[in-house]
Amino acid sequence: MAAMCLDNFASQISEKHNVPEIEAYTTPEVILNPLIISRNENEQVLIESSINSVRVSIKIKQADDIERILCHKFTRFLMMRAENFVILRRVPVKGYDISFLVTNFQTESMYKDKLVDFIIQFMEDVDKEISEMKLSLNARARIVAESYLNQVCII
Amino acid sequence: MTSLSQYQFPFCITTHAFNKDKSKLALCPNSNSIHVYNIIDDKYTLEHTLQGHDLLVTSLDWAPETNRIVSCSQDKNAYVWNFDTIQNLWKPTLVHLRINRAATQVRWSSNEQKFAVASGSRSVAVCYFGKDSDWWVSKHIKKPIASTILSICWHPNNVLLACGGTDMKARVFSGFIKGVDEKPAPSVWGERLPFGTLCGEYQSEYGGWVHSVSFSPDGNTLAFASHDSTLSIADPTQNFVTSIKTQQLPYKSMLWIPDGRIVVSGYNDLPGSYTYTQDGWAFTENTKKVSAGRSSVSGSSPIGTKSSAFNMFRNMDSRMATQRNLEEDDIPTEEVNGTIAELKNMAYDSSRFTSCSFDGKITIWSLAA
Repeated sequence: MAAMCLDNFASQISEKHNVPEIEAYTTPEVILNPLIISRNENEQVLIESSINSVRVSIKIKQADDIERILCHKFTRFLMMRAENFVILRRVPVKGYDISFLVTNFQTESMYKDKLVDFIIQFMEDVDKEISEMKLSLNARARIVAESYLNQVCII
Repeated sequence: MTSLSQYQFPFCITTHAFNKDKSKLALCPNSNSIHVYNIIDDKYTLEHTLQGHDLLVTSLDWAPETNRIVSCSQDKNAYVWNFDTIQNLWKPTLVHLRINRAATQVRWSSNEQKFAVASGSRSVAVCYFGKDSDWWVSKHIKKPIASTILSICWHPNNVLLACGGTDMKARVFSGFIKGVDEKPAPSVWGERLPFGTLCGEYQSEYGGWVHSVSFSPDGNTLAFASHDSTLSIADPTQNFVTSIKTQQLPYKSMLWIPDGRIVVSGYNDLPGSYTYTQDGWAFTENTKKVSAGRSSVSGSSPIGTKSSAFNMFRNMDSRMATQRNLEEDDIPTEEVNGTIAELKNMAYDSSRFTSCSFDGKITIWSLAA
């Protein structure tokens, strides 16, 4: 929540510009210390905040190859539609699977509590979603294999 | 502290200023224009739209006696707007600012002969009307400012100027302009004060961008609020800073009221106040909610009402939500529901102040309980 305390801050480097300082990374004094919240090395959240923007990057749990593929497809699907998603970043931060970028313009037009809730909700759901997809994928694979092998047996 | 009246605008308000008798209001709807409203019986009607700036207007101030508006913007310019009664128009005069980055805040000094513009070019411009050139001219305070200045405040003697910014320090400078100002009486800040003298430099205990600075009503102490969620009081006689930690989100704006209280507000949505007691400064009250019919939805949030410790900690753990946040979810519509961008004193009544917030609300608060 503290990271969502954002201000409108015009660039100190180039005149008449207003850029997310966390992306520009040109003014060291307006960048706060990054914070990593980690459950284990596969599940981490990185929060990088600055005076007018905050970047939240999530590393989603990927236990095996199927999960890795699913996760890749899923985040790619979302990120290709990033402009409809307002706070989603098109490319994740290196080492992470998906990144959100919240700027002061978004905290001005939306409730910051709700933004925090949204990101937390997303984190909770994404694990569930991926394990559900994995289950249905496995189930589907089993059915396919069964019907295929049935044919083989008959012949 | 209660809210007396409130008006909801359909846009985010970043800065506002009332005129002397509260019959007119200037505000910036988070864009490059300034709206001037006429107020009759709490009804706000748009009277003028002042166009002139290219980029976002960052700050406005209305001089109560001379009835002039000064505005500054991220396009590096400031305008002084004079009202032309014959043509019924606000006429802008460009200020010769000479800064090369965005202007962040502007404030009239209390005698209204000069104003200061804080900027991102690591300087504060003190502007006054140059009679020879018929033009608002400026003088810059540069050293030792190391970063953008976010906030400024004039001392009651019209000479000293406090500023604070992203270099995490609050400083007091002399803004003495020869020919405009009388020689100030010696104060705790120093005796001889030529322009640009650094009279004090303070930092909060933990360090953080200084969002707001304010002199005490007698001008002998300086308070500043910083991003480390502290309110700090600097005493120049002992060169000592007291930092008061708070559990709330950082304060963005602050007022030192003549009765000695400090009103603070910011990312917390509701203003609160600090009072000086025997044990030092204490956070005394949060703004009382007017709310007659709060909690019609209380069934949906049992945490606020039943509040077993278990529930509270579970919530803090899983949602990072404290009890107070959840209570705010059922705030009725008349309360402020977004970050308060700015607090302003009311010129004619020291027991009132006004606030504007990102959710588009202009609120007039009364300090009386």
